[in-house]
Amino acid sequence: MAEARAIDGRSMVRRKAGLRLWLSAGWLGLLCVVALFAPWIAPKDPLAQDLFLGRLPPFWMEGAEPGYWLGTDSLGRDVLSRIIHGARVALAVALIAGTITCLVGATLGLLAGFLRGWVDLVISRLIDIWMAFPPVLFSILLIAVLGPGLVSIIIAIVVIDWTRFARVVRAEAMAQGAMDYVASARVAGRGRLGTMMREILPNVLPTIVVLLTLEMGIAVIVEAILSFVNLSISTDDPTWGGMISEGRTSVHQAWWVLVFPLVTLFLTVLAFSQLGEGLKDRFDPVLR
Amino acid sequence: MSFLQVRNLSVRLKKGPPLLRRVSLDVAAGEVRGLVGESGAGKSMIGKAVLGILPPSIEVTEGEILLDGVDLLRLPLAQRRRRIGALCALIPQDPLTALNPSHRIGPQITDRLVDILGWTRADADRRAGELLAEVQIPDPDRVLRSYPHELSGGMRQRILIASAFAAEPKLIVADEPTTALDVTVQKQILKLIAGMQARHGTALLFVTHDLGVVSKVCQRLSVLYAGMVVEDTSVADFFAAPRHAYSAALLAATPKYTDPSAGLIPVPEAVISAVQAEVAAFDRSVAHG
Amino acid sequence: MPFLRILLVRLLTTAITLAGVAVIVFFVIRVVPGNPIAMMLPPGATEDDIARLSALYGLDKPLLTQFGIWVAGVMQGDFGTSITTRQPVLDLVLGRLPATLELSIMALVMAMILGGAAALTGTRFRGGRTEGAIDVANGMALSVPDFLWGLVLILLFGVLMPVFHISGRVTPSLELPFTTNFYLFESLIRLRFDLWADLVAHMFMPALALAIPLAAIIGQLLKQSLKETMNLDYVTLARTKGYGETRVILREALRNAALPTLTLVGVQFTFLIGGTVIIERLFSYEGLGNMAIDAVINRDLPLIQGIVILFAVIFTGVNLIVDLLYTVLNPRLRHG
Repeated sequence: MAEARAIDGRSMVRRKAGLRLWLSAGWLGLLCVVALFAPWIAPKDPLAQDLFLGRLPPFWMEGAEPGYWLGTDSLGRDVLSRIIHGARVALAVALIAGTITCLVGATLGLLAGFLRGWVDLVISRLIDIWMAFPPVLFSILLIAVLGPGLVSIIIAIVVIDWTRFARVVRAEAMAQGAMDYVASARVAGRGRLGTMMREILPNVLPTIVVLLTLEMGIAVIVEAILSFVNLSISTDDPTWGGMISEGRTSVHQAWWVLVFPLVTLFLTVLAFSQLGEGLKDRFDPVLR
Repeated sequence: MSFLQVRNLSVRLKKGPPLLRRVSLDVAAGEVRGLVGESGAGKSMIGKAVLGILPPSIEVTEGEILLDGVDLLRLPLAQRRRRIGALCALIPQDPLTALNPSHRIGPQITDRLVDILGWTRADADRRAGELLAEVQIPDPDRVLRSYPHELSGGMRQRILIASAFAAEPKLIVADEPTTALDVTVQKQILKLIAGMQARHGTALLFVTHDLGVVSKVCQRLSVLYAGMVVEDTSVADFFAAPRHAYSAALLAATPKYTDPSAGLIPVPEAVISAVQAEVAAFDRSVAHG
Repeated sequence: MPFLRILLVRLLTTAITLAGVAVIVFFVIRVVPGNPIAMMLPPGATEDDIARLSALYGLDKPLLTQFGIWVAGVMQGDFGTSITTRQPVLDLVLGRLPATLELSIMALVMAMILGGAAALTGTRFRGGRTEGAIDVANGMALSVPDFLWGLVLILLFGVLMPVFHISGRVTPSLELPFTTNFYLFESLIRLRFDLWADLVAHMFMPALALAIPLAAIIGQLLKQSLKETMNLDYVTLARTKGYGETRVILREALRNAALPTLTLVGVQFTFLIGGTVIIERLFSYEGLGNMAIDAVINRDLPLIQGIVILFAVIFTGVNLIVDLLYTVLNPRLRHG
């Protein structure tokens, strides 16, 4: 009896982990499709205002208008269409900012951890200084400097979050660099750069991929936070953060303006994070 | 009736092979029983089962452990723990890991006196001082206030022995108490345990792989192979004429203190296959029974 | 010996870090487009007016000179004057600091209680359904940042079941007898439990939002550490002494298992304090973070500098304290 349960339990955990991976990937895949084909999928123009149709409730409630599935905001704009178009900004930021942050941070971490010496000293000190900044305030400051816009947000995320990669990759590169196989590669006559790219990088790569997935989730949140304080891209373009900001102020009159973008954002962040955790369990011997 | 009676005790790795095969043994009040066997024979497992500290990956499949007539395996966890705590104690193998690094020595000796047996703190402290003197620790007051990492391994083993005798238990399980120590310290510790046992009249279940140790401290012994008791006899009889072929081979394989140059004689293949056949026959009988 | 050396090395690196923060924040915000002086004057002000006011705030001098003046002032405890409110930056910042500190500490306490309870329960019932459920909850709590938890809480306890206030620090109509800005603390001292309850009702949701991710981290780490500790010899020995499992966990394992968790909680606590910026905004809580965002929007350069430096001081200070605490709590290091 006990035996059977133990076996069941273990395979169930594995099945759940697999399910988690697929659900996350599925949701993110769906979002990608929706974002790519947003103009064709969205039932309404996300910018079209109609003050006569302000604060319409979602379809199952009394007073709903056909066609406005998830209701409208105070300016009469269609919530569903705005969420669909908002996915474009969210995913663009996630993919572009995540990737660049990853490249910058991992490179610096790899250099610091493998070359050691003064390179490590400078980069470690920089990481220390960065860790002493409150990240949200730092990002708001940067947007103030750079001006609102998609490019500014991406730059801000890269400038703030590179330390996430640099810290982990540096430690990992150091640990790998101390191992015998690296020494033997060096003895075999491989150059420093060659050793780093061929011996260290492949071993750190799973860690980097996991961190990248997590970073994409963080990027989505940062964009939402910046939209929330009205510092994201122009205020007209629909973003989830901007919708949440509007919804927050009228939550007692029209909860749906807050709830639907919030649920979308929540699921997306959860999906990125669970995808990262799932990948970690599968492939990463370091972070596990 | 013996104080400890283990009857047909079988344990196994959860969904794995058996580790103890219907083990039975008795320890009478004040008696010292040795448990010998190669590593992996299950000798420590018996001690752990008696004290209720089998790892969670291991389960008891049958048998009873009667402590003063009460089957421990039928008691609910909390009651079992209390009964064991009041009547038994453990002298662990590795003194370096058996003391809590963040508590001082004093409370680690007196805790069960105060918490389980309801002594006053002053009585318990006085008792701790006496015990440390009894195990020949100089400057007991200072040691009671020390942290474990400030003391040597031999010192810590003395403290663990003192702690085991603190509540005047009826039965002590000594789990290879000298294996982790320096050879020079081993003899002193062994003598100390034997002396304490004799003075306090405590029954002792002495787990060891060293027949030399058994000849010095034990009155009876059980020889284990693959979780099976192959011989249960008095120490005198055993050293005079072991009955089981495996026991005889084990005895022959033990280097003699009198003649260290004789070296190690391995247990012969034939004996091993004979005893393995016995184990296999046992497993078959269990499977069909 | 090691204690003093650790302290000295840490103080030195802390000083370097703070200097780095000061340099970066000073020069980054000078690049901010939008002249702060122009923003504070009424429309129609002449170039002359702007120049005069710029001179008053020292904004007409070369950047390096400005930096020198600012650093010299900071050394004497003068962080300059806020451009929007024309009050000393130090007064403004210290006036808001208690609100943020109370919020952060409340969140930390909540996180430790929630995380500790999760870890202890998970360890007590390890290997069963309870532990599985705790793991799932931890995973969720960890995946979603404080900002989103804040919004979820607003929906749950502000709208669906309105039991807590969703904005502000205290009900504005209340008469406050306080002499310090540590309202929560002072309300207890003055035995004004009515005010205390009102403060807590305001603080509960923002503190909980900040606490949830940290609670998950504490829960995970502490549980893992506890489970490892539960297999150690001295814990096994304690079981033979007659103690129940709960008692063994609390008395024998908890203290040793908590040490490795502690260092990580230190770093995580600084993340939590960083999180107050957006959480205060979300709940309109009148703390430092909320003031910081306003300062950025208003281009109030001296105020921004002051707040960022203060945050950096808090962050590095927390890390320093945690390191020292670790040394003190670990008997092996203390006597070594």
